[in-house]
Amino acid sequence: MKILDVQGLKKNFGGLAATANVNFNIEQGEIVGLIGPNGAGKTTLFNLISGAITPDSGVITFKGKDIAGLKPYRICRVGIARTFQSVKIFAKMSVFNHVIIGYLFGDHKHKTSGTSSEEAEKILDFVGLSGMSDRRAADLTLVNQKRLEVARALATQPELLLLDEVMAGLNPTEVSEAMELVRKIREKGITVIMIEHVMKAIMTICDRVIVLHHGEKLAEGKPGDITRNKSVIEVYLGDFACLPSKT
Amino acid sequence: MLTVKNISTVHGKIQALWDVSIEAEEGEIVALVGANGAGKTTLLDTISGTYTPVAGSVEFQGQRIDGKSAAYIVEQGISHVPQGGRLFSDMTVRENLEMGAYSRHAWKQRTETIEHVCQIFPRLKERETQITSTLSGGEKQMVAIGRGLMSRPKLCIFDEPSYGLSPKAVMEIFQVIKSLPKQGITVLLVEQNVGQALEMANRAYVLENGRITLQGIACDLLVNDYVRKAYLGL
Repeated sequence: MKILDVQGLKKNFGGLAATANVNFNIEQGEIVGLIGPNGAGKTTLFNLISGAITPDSGVITFKGKDIAGLKPYRICRVGIARTFQSVKIFAKMSVFNHVIIGYLFGDHKHKTSGTSSEEAEKILDFVGLSGMSDRRAADLTLVNQKRLEVARALATQPELLLLDEVMAGLNPTEVSEAMELVRKIREKGITVIMIEHVMKAIMTICDRVIVLHHGEKLAEGKPGDITRNKSVIEVYLGDFACLPSKT
Repeated sequence: MLTVKNISTVHGKIQALWDVSIEAEEGEIVALVGANGAGKTTLLDTISGTYTPVAGSVEFQGQRIDGKSAAYIVEQGISHVPQGGRLFSDMTVRENLEMGAYSRHAWKQRTETIEHVCQIFPRLKERETQITSTLSGGEKQMVAIGRGLMSRPKLCIFDEPSYGLSPKAVMEIFQVIKSLPKQGITVLLVEQNVGQALEMANRAYVLENGRITLQGIACDLLVNDYVRKAYLGL
């Protein structure tokens, strides 16, 4: 079943086409990688889907309903959550309260503040932040702040999760842990679109990869085919020497 | 050239570095490897003067620099390209570069140094008058590195220069870093692409929970079983 369908999506910033007529769809339960050179429009695409910015034209259908141009809070409540490339945390707020906010905000039933704290601890445990509930978000390392963003997003109980470079700044061993987390998220029945430059992760856990370049879709396919695609190598991967398989 | 001797650094009540000693010889690339939260950034920040160690000393070219201001340390010839670039986002590319030449001797040479930086990164010449918040991630990192070179450093500290960059942009940035020793610039590098960092470094240190736990020739560490398991995910 198609969970997300994007057709003819366009967004200009000044004279620059950040998103130029992008079409793709996502099946329920997939993990889809979104890659492309810096400045290709990957985060803009997330901003359009999550309602942070409004498209100039195009249709974004989530579970059969057009959500293009809806406000971010409404998009969150229909079941799409996201994380941010440059983390957007509440610096002085506790880790625990971040998750509570996500939990009480997302639109799902039977929520009371009584069950919420139990739920919040479960989510923190799930992302690997157990024992850190009382810390101020600002005191976490960047990697843990990214985990916190994942926790906050999961707390809204999304059906589609948009992950924006959650593996940046992780060493290869930490990347493996993060890959395991994404797999576990999918096992919960959540569909995932992830922007990532860590090719090891893209190759290993994505069912499908979409490549953006200059705001347009350059290629789409299975990870193995994408890494052999000449134009993708030319604009994004560079020489194969840089692929992590070498290390 | 750089001798960090037995330093300890604290953040409030938490001790981040314990008795850490590292060295860099002139012309070397020295890599610092460690998990997130191990204290790598704190160590770099202690060298460049953001933090003052509570114990130990930092010597640069035979002179104590611990406890000195960051501005003074830049004047002595150390520049620091921080994690995430930390550009002045509302300024143009050129203005950001000029900010890197703020120290007195560098200011006089800023026009030539900008020329030099634009030779290394021709893209910055094209983008000279553009506001940096409108640049792509790779371009921002080029500005950050360029700004680091503007003070005409003898030692350049890089904190995760590949952060958030495409594989191709990472390769380009690494080529530039690799070429710095030939231009008389010693490099101290923190990098999560552990494999690539060890391949281009001469020597490396492993930092764990605020302590140096392993050190040696970089290519030896690359085949070290522990490093492979803990940091290379093999």
